[in-house]
Amino acid sequence: MHAEEKLTYETWPAEPEKSTLEAKNKFLGFWLFLGGETVLFASLFATYLSLKDKVPNTSQPLAKDLFELPLTFVATMLLLTSSLTSVYAIYHMKNFAFKKMMVWLGLTALLGFGFLGLEVYEFNHYVHLGHKFTSSAFGSAFYTLVGFHGAHVAFGLAWCLSLMFRNAKRGLNLYNAPKFYVFSLYWHFIDVVWVFIFTVVYLMGMVG
Amino acid sequence: MANQQLNSGNPRVDLEYRRRKSAEEMRYQVISFALMIFLTLVAFAAVAAKGFTAWFTIPFIVLLAAVQVVFQLFYFMHMSHKGHEAPTLFLFSGLFVGLVMIWAFSTIIWW
Repeated sequence: MHAEEKLTYETWPAEPEKSTLEAKNKFLGFWLFLGGETVLFASLFATYLSLKDKVPNTSQPLAKDLFELPLTFVATMLLLTSSLTSVYAIYHMKNFAFKKMMVWLGLTALLGFGFLGLEVYEFNHYVHLGHKFTSSAFGSAFYTLVGFHGAHVAFGLAWCLSLMFRNAKRGLNLYNAPKFYVFSLYWHFIDVVWVFIFTVVYLMGMVG
Repeated sequence: MANQQLNSGNPRVDLEYRRRKSAEEMRYQVISFALMIFLTLVAFAAVAAKGFTAWFTIPFIVLLAAVQVVFQLFYFMHMSHKGHEAPTLFLFSGLFVGLVMIWAFSTIIWW
């Protein structure tokens, strides 16, 4: 099998994400990248945990003054659901159902935009409460960690939309199937990081 | 290119088998999604309840997060499938370095 081959529902392989050499390399390389991302986010978590609530004076808000359950909960539900919709997209990719895959990818992107919109609102809200990037070590560590995650979501959205746009008229083949698969891995990884952010930053911040 | 799939010699049967397999896998994905939502609800409820001490709540919600991430990795990211030896190595080496880093940073600030 080679990348340009025209395939049908019957001849579509069981593992299109690994059926060419290029695809195999993408798969391996992407997981290596995710290993590196784990280290990156762990270092940001370590910094945040060390600098949490380290503020210069008592007029500055602490974690327990800032975070609220409902906002974090809605953001979490949006991102978790978008993880499921991208699983559906890959399910349809494996069944050679291009249109269905695109619909689920579109839903994934919508949920991602919802999440990002909430984060923009949230950051804006905190800045008005006096919690800024430059106001304290706590502020710098918070915005670096959560902002890095938000930037990953924004990058993922751009990635998803460009994949959808570029392949809109192409249909599925062994050249683009691994690209969709790798995107879904990235999207799940963003969700993995968020699970730790909502636990370590928000929930632990509210506990004290 | 050899596909890692069984061959009964009859392509229609093979195709039918694969469709069923992947439909079955999709059911497991939905179940793990439901479990993840449940774990999230429990974590938020534990914090909202305020009745527990921080010494209980913090380890408890971190444990819930770890379980939920296992679902993400092994089901949503297919790490339970064959051919994921290298990804497992990469991810766990990354995790190891990361945990050492968190340990180091949090001990440094104690002194």
